[in-house]
Amino acid sequence: MSVVDKPSSRLALQDGAAAGEIAAAARAGQVEARSGLTRRQLTWRRFVRSRAAVIGGLVVLAFYVTALCANILAPYGVDQRFIDYLYVPPQGLHFDLRTGLYIYGIRKKIDPDTLLTTFSADPGRRIPVRFLVPGSAYTIAGPFAARLHLFGVTDTKMGVFLLGTDRQGRDMLSRILIGSQMSLTIGLVGVFLSLIIGSVLGVVSGFYGGRVDEIVQRLIEVIRSFPAIPLWMALTAALPQHWPPERVYFAITVILSVIGWTWLARQLRGKVLALREEEFVTAARVMGASDARIIFKHLLPQVFGHIVVISTLAMPGMILAETALSFLNLGLRPPLTSWGVLLQEAQNLESLRNYPWLLTPAAFISLAVLAFNFFGDGLRDAADPHTA
Amino acid sequence: MVAFIVRRLLAMIPTLFFVSIATFIIIQLPPGDFLTSLQALAASSGSGADKAAMDNLRHQYGLDQPKYVRYVKWIAGFPRGDFGYSFEWKRPVRELIADRLGLTLLLSALSLVLMWLVALPVGIYSATHKYSGMDNLLTAGAFLGLSVPDFLLGLIYVAVGIFGFRASVTGLFSPKIAEAPWSAVKVVDLANHLFWPALILSLGGMTQLIRILRGSMLEVTGQQFIKTARAKGLSERVVIHRHAVRVAINPLVSVMGMQLPQLISGATILGIVLSLPTTGPMFIRALTSQDMYLAGTFLLFLALMLMLGNLLSDIALAWVDPRIRYQ
Repeated sequence: MSVVDKPSSRLALQDGAAAGEIAAAARAGQVEARSGLTRRQLTWRRFVRSRAAVIGGLVVLAFYVTALCANILAPYGVDQRFIDYLYVPPQGLHFDLRTGLYIYGIRKKIDPDTLLTTFSADPGRRIPVRFLVPGSAYTIAGPFAARLHLFGVTDTKMGVFLLGTDRQGRDMLSRILIGSQMSLTIGLVGVFLSLIIGSVLGVVSGFYGGRVDEIVQRLIEVIRSFPAIPLWMALTAALPQHWPPERVYFAITVILSVIGWTWLARQLRGKVLALREEEFVTAARVMGASDARIIFKHLLPQVFGHIVVISTLAMPGMILAETALSFLNLGLRPPLTSWGVLLQEAQNLESLRNYPWLLTPAAFISLAVLAFNFFGDGLRDAADPHTA
Repeated sequence: MVAFIVRRLLAMIPTLFFVSIATFIIIQLPPGDFLTSLQALAASSGSGADKAAMDNLRHQYGLDQPKYVRYVKWIAGFPRGDFGYSFEWKRPVRELIADRLGLTLLLSALSLVLMWLVALPVGIYSATHKYSGMDNLLTAGAFLGLSVPDFLLGLIYVAVGIFGFRASVTGLFSPKIAEAPWSAVKVVDLANHLFWPALILSLGGMTQLIRILRGSMLEVTGQQFIKTARAKGLSERVVIHRHAVRVAINPLVSVMGMQLPQLISGATILGIVLSLPTTGPMFIRALTSQDMYLAGTFLLFLALMLMLGNLLSDIALAWVDPRIRYQ
């Protein structure tokens, strides 16, 4: 057993309040308690008071809405290739009143010495960017096919590449937008799986104690003795190459939750251990409530807020883990497209030097993680003001 | 204190036993073994391998024995320093991993030192100058530092290095002097190649430590004994450094235990990105080629490093906080 229960990594970010601030918060708490609001309303009030958390939450929401509508927002399909336009640098978007939004044409030049093709903007040609243009077909919610994209150019020979193109002439922006579906959902599914394993084992371990507790704690200790990335690497390397993409996707979420659940289980166990001795539990027991009833009706609602907070705080770690694994060619692989898969292209020093825009997915990853961190921190402070 | 350490060491033994079993199971997970992956490679390049020869090799490597026999043989070698044989490198695992584990340890230790060297003064400054411009800047920086993972920082570092300075950023030495005999120039070059990875590796933990120290300093400075110290007429420097920091440092020590896994994970992946001869590149290679004893030994030693690190951080905590020793 560890001497101290190690705080979760995000705990690190919490801002310690000076004693005066704590007293003020306690006074405010009393006022709030007297106002007759429910716990949820109080939490909500505290949450919206924190500007960083609200902005973080909105950005997270925006990310998921984008992922949901990625096919419409992206000008092209994820594997649509423009074979004449490999490694086109990002194009600037311009505006004037006559043409509206437009991009410059692309001039192709081949270096006679290195035979390297370079592209540059051709200010003489202005290509207007139109909204809601028909393009490659995609499906919405299963059977409904659509061809409309939010923006694009009418010329089908060339395209609008706001973030440039990659090795195969695929539009980076489209790939990032559609890749966000993988990157953002793998975290959700992974957290959901860890949540199920973690809450069952955590609550049971805290509630029953004794042998069960001993076994679960040992298990957690063994898992935590491995550093996360090497363990994930070893587990993902075991996935057979011939598996279909969907199965790989699911397997990765399972692997991510192998470590993820231990945090939740430890924390819930602590909570349940404390709650178990409370009078309302004794009262329920005296009234003849079964263990299951006590756990589901009395204990789980008490720790529910905690579960939500921990799962939010676990999201960035999951997103980063998927990215890291895919980056190492161990996680998702083509035809699946995630931010980590996109970063594989940036692994090569040569292409990094010549085509630095291949690193743009990194900006999206960082922004998503940052937003999740702010959001989760605010949520924790709001749900549990006394530990903040 | 001695009793405490002995107790903790004894408690580690069963965990280590289970960890070694888990390692062996994980390494066995991929279907087939090293020879099947070798065979697949040979088949893809057109040259078929002869089945009898394969069986012969399999017997020679002991791959035809039942799993538990192989586990016992592998683990029984550990006390003698025999960690098995690497199929791919055709050398004993011990010869291959020593340098690499050492460098991983060195890199992790360097970044741990760097982390504390920077975090202590900055955290104290942040707390004593609460909500000043600098403090707000550091807070924003801390969130950023936590959000950009180390392998991305490594990539950005490589990109900036080759794009901006055309300098050698990967590996341990610049290509020009890699083969040269040891000299002052070579030492400086090595330090240069180690410093930046160590800094990148320490950044996440550093920001974390700064935030914790700031929070705990703010909490401590609000307490009565600080007021008393000030009332006694002690200088502000003594009040902060002698009284406040000593108490405020406890949570930092306890968080060190959970930073170690992050450091070891980070060193592994950063080693791959920056092609440093740490465990990372060889580990991933061993995993994909199913060189099982090599991969397993790496994984086991990384876990052992983590456990020992945790033990050290617990000892440090017991040392700064006597209440823990007597529990």
